[in-house]
Amino acid sequence: MEVYDVAVIGAGVVGCAVARELSRYRLNVLVLEKELDVATGNSSRNTGMLHAGFTYKLGSRRARYSVEGNQEFDEVAAELGIPFKRTGKLVVGFTDHDRANILKFKANGEANGVRGIRMIDAEEMHRIEPNAGGNFAMYVPSSGILDPMQYTIALGENACKNGAQFRFGSRVTGIVRVGHEALPKTLLTDRKVQAMQLSEEEDLYRITTNRGMIYAKWVVNSAGAYANEIGRLLGYNPVPQVGYKGEYYVLDKKAGAYLRTPVYPAPKDNGGFVTHATPTVDGNILVGPDWYYTHIPEDYANEKQSLDRLFEDGRKMFTKMERRFFIRNFAGIRWRNIDPETREILDFSIRADETIPNTVSLVGIESPGVTAALPIARRITSLICGREEEHGHLVAANENFDPKRKVYKRFSEMTLEEKAEAIRENPDYGQIFCRCENVTRAEILRAIHNPLGVHTLTGIKNRTRSMMGRCQGGYCQTRITELLEQELGVRPEDLRYQKENGWLFTGLMRSAEKED
Amino acid sequence: MGMGQDNLNKVNQVMEASVVIVGGGPAGLAAAVRLYDRGVTDLLILERENKLGGILKQCIHDGFGLTRFGESLSGPEYADRFIQEVKQRNIRFITDTTVIQITPDHDVYAAHRDGLLHVRARAVILAMGCRERTRGALAIPGTRPAGVLTAGVAQAYMNLQNRMPGKKIVILGSGDIGLIMARRLTLEGAHVLGVFEINPIPSGLPRNIQQCLNDYGIPLFLSHTVTDIRGTDRLQEVVVSKVDEKLQPLAGTEKVYACDTLILSVGLIPENELTIGAGAELCPQTGGAYVDEWYQTTVPGLFAAGNVLHVHDLVDFVSLEAETMAEGVVRYLNGALPNASIALRCGKNIGHTVPQKISGTENVVVTLRVRAPQKDAEIVIRQGKAMVARKRVRNALPANMIEIHLLKDQLTGGQDLEVSVND
Repeated sequence: MEVYDVAVIGAGVVGCAVARELSRYRLNVLVLEKELDVATGNSSRNTGMLHAGFTYKLGSRRARYSVEGNQEFDEVAAELGIPFKRTGKLVVGFTDHDRANILKFKANGEANGVRGIRMIDAEEMHRIEPNAGGNFAMYVPSSGILDPMQYTIALGENACKNGAQFRFGSRVTGIVRVGHEALPKTLLTDRKVQAMQLSEEEDLYRITTNRGMIYAKWVVNSAGAYANEIGRLLGYNPVPQVGYKGEYYVLDKKAGAYLRTPVYPAPKDNGGFVTHATPTVDGNILVGPDWYYTHIPEDYANEKQSLDRLFEDGRKMFTKMERRFFIRNFAGIRWRNIDPETREILDFSIRADETIPNTVSLVGIESPGVTAALPIARRITSLICGREEEHGHLVAANENFDPKRKVYKRFSEMTLEEKAEAIRENPDYGQIFCRCENVTRAEILRAIHNPLGVHTLTGIKNRTRSMMGRCQGGYCQTRITELLEQELGVRPEDLRYQKENGWLFTGLMRSAEKED
Repeated sequence: MGMGQDNLNKVNQVMEASVVIVGGGPAGLAAAVRLYDRGVTDLLILERENKLGGILKQCIHDGFGLTRFGESLSGPEYADRFIQEVKQRNIRFITDTTVIQITPDHDVYAAHRDGLLHVRARAVILAMGCRERTRGALAIPGTRPAGVLTAGVAQAYMNLQNRMPGKKIVILGSGDIGLIMARRLTLEGAHVLGVFEINPIPSGLPRNIQQCLNDYGIPLFLSHTVTDIRGTDRLQEVVVSKVDEKLQPLAGTEKVYACDTLILSVGLIPENELTIGAGAELCPQTGGAYVDEWYQTTVPGLFAAGNVLHVHDLVDFVSLEAETMAEGVVRYLNGALPNASIALRCGKNIGHTVPQKISGTENVVVTLRVRAPQKDAEIVIRQGKAMVARKRVRNALPANMIEIHLLKDQLTGGQDLEVSVND
């Protein structure tokens, strides 16, 4: 019988951050994820901005958490060993009207506590970013860029290292609160359950998944696009939401040379930004997102109309938007909480109702969710610890907690001397698998044996950047699948691209009898 | 002689070679043999894979070598001809070695399990070949499930790794590898529903249309393209639409094909990241370096031939081009090459030419491709008003490379040239 102190549902950036913060305490934490890896949903389907927090309403969670998350991120990135650049951001304008709109943001940002915002002239703007267009700009020095996939992986791996467990391919289908008296006898005599010292009035949640059943004292709903669905299973009323879908182009690093700082156009009168170009922390360029409504939870397909429009709009903002730089497209959806009457966009919804004890339900954690993930996770952790103490359970600190994740410098980022040294220490560094991104066998092997036990091809891709370059795996994919089979000892038909039924091969063409 | 591990220089120790050849495929091998036979024996071939031969290793069909050897060979057989020549001459090569940097001064850095190699050369030959255009490069709409792969990747899985990539196949693009794979998949029991080509003419060779599609009853749909990809886990279906003259999909012509695999054969792109790193300028039309008649790039002592320079129709021409280039390298090593300052510009219906610049001091064979098919085409090279070369081609197709001889005696002065097709 499996019993946990906390079950976290959803291994996006918020779920992984929650697991990581909970792992600072002696709590048995289980993360349930329906997909085969972390960050397969909207945690990875965004621009990868570390937001400064100048656009959000004063006093809102989005404002407070993004400012807090932004200010601490240098330390966080160093601890978790993830690439991060505090590039700053330029919001450029041409007209007095633009200036008025920009100044509104400036005032709002200052009220929110965003430091260092200043208006700059064209000359200074071009010093910061030679390719920016515009007559003046607002410069926000605290904005930055990160790889949201790497960040989520790092949070998950660090949580895992500190004791949290992850179960992938586990879709939650039912949650039932089970009264103490109704708990199975075998459960009550379980050593782990006895250690919880449950009182008579304390219940457990029985969570059913497609991969079996578990019990947990606490349930944290961080199910992203499905948060309302999981919330409903817990007993929360759904929060009215609208899906804002946005599509992107990923451009070659050759285009990346033309843009180092995120440059946004002046906001429209309603405060929204039009399509923009953002450098990624790896040196590519993202063009997008556009936006339109969707009501399908995982509507991640790219639409021709949208791609065509994005190409035209993108070219206005970023003149190097050329077809020869296209590498890939993707799409994401911001599930935004709204007032159904006025359609006004509302704040993140974070509920921990006393009437539904020992639950936290997070709904509508869209942008700036990546920036806000740790601030949210800390609050949930102290809420859980606080409530536990109210019930007379002191939650002890995990003395073995290590906030650090071991950092391995990428081969592609090493100097020639460092490369030589790396190969001398580990010859696998001398074998380059991915030619476009210069990813070595050593790095692929490390990714195959990742702490979370993720074994999909996209899992390797997202951990190493192999198959992410301009040839999209044309050279390295065959080598990587071969190594995956060898290392995992699986048959070709058992390999998965990304999802449960995403098979790569029907099998061998000929039986594998050796001729010699 | 392949170098054993103990022969390899360790880091910080600099190896020397007259010429480093980056890539041991058809271009690199042919260049090596020719250089050796011209007395340049201090050669080093660096090959990233564990065997010489390049992409030919996975091309197990025949039809290679008709021009170069006068007989039909399989890809591995064709490569083996050159590999044997290399081995007989004891030309040095190192496999499992990926070049990561080339400097304008001909320092070559490469990663190998035994260490980071640093080779100082007098000249460097770029023979890295090309890569396939991908789905992302075309921005094909739809979802991103498993089962969308390029023809070359499917070919490597089947012919080198014995893995079956799918059973119900749609092929986008009528490039030669796509046609070859249509036949290969059919022979392995897969059902190829059709080959869809956005252009009104096939991009592969006519003989492949016949031998790979017609002979097996695989339909070819011209002026069609894939407009949607569906399925979340594994590919479920693709939507195919007719396109108009501007290659834009026509609304109302959508047809859904249930399939588990989409194979892309939509073009090849010369692989020139090292070339750019070395400081050579690229030609936007070919995607390869700008070269003169000796196949020297804009960086002195840096040469290129084969598919890294421009995508060829037949491997025979890759080898022949590399052999011609080798003659230029020999001349370079024996003293500087004349300055090439006469540019060849692409006029009417000419896609590209190689070389793009000549000196005017020698007779040159100019290789070109037409942009659109043209019957009874007269290809002409003009210098100002004067016609300096002409060639009649009964059926000029973009799929075929065309050669035209340009005699130095026809040239008058250093004015640029224009290549075009007369109606």
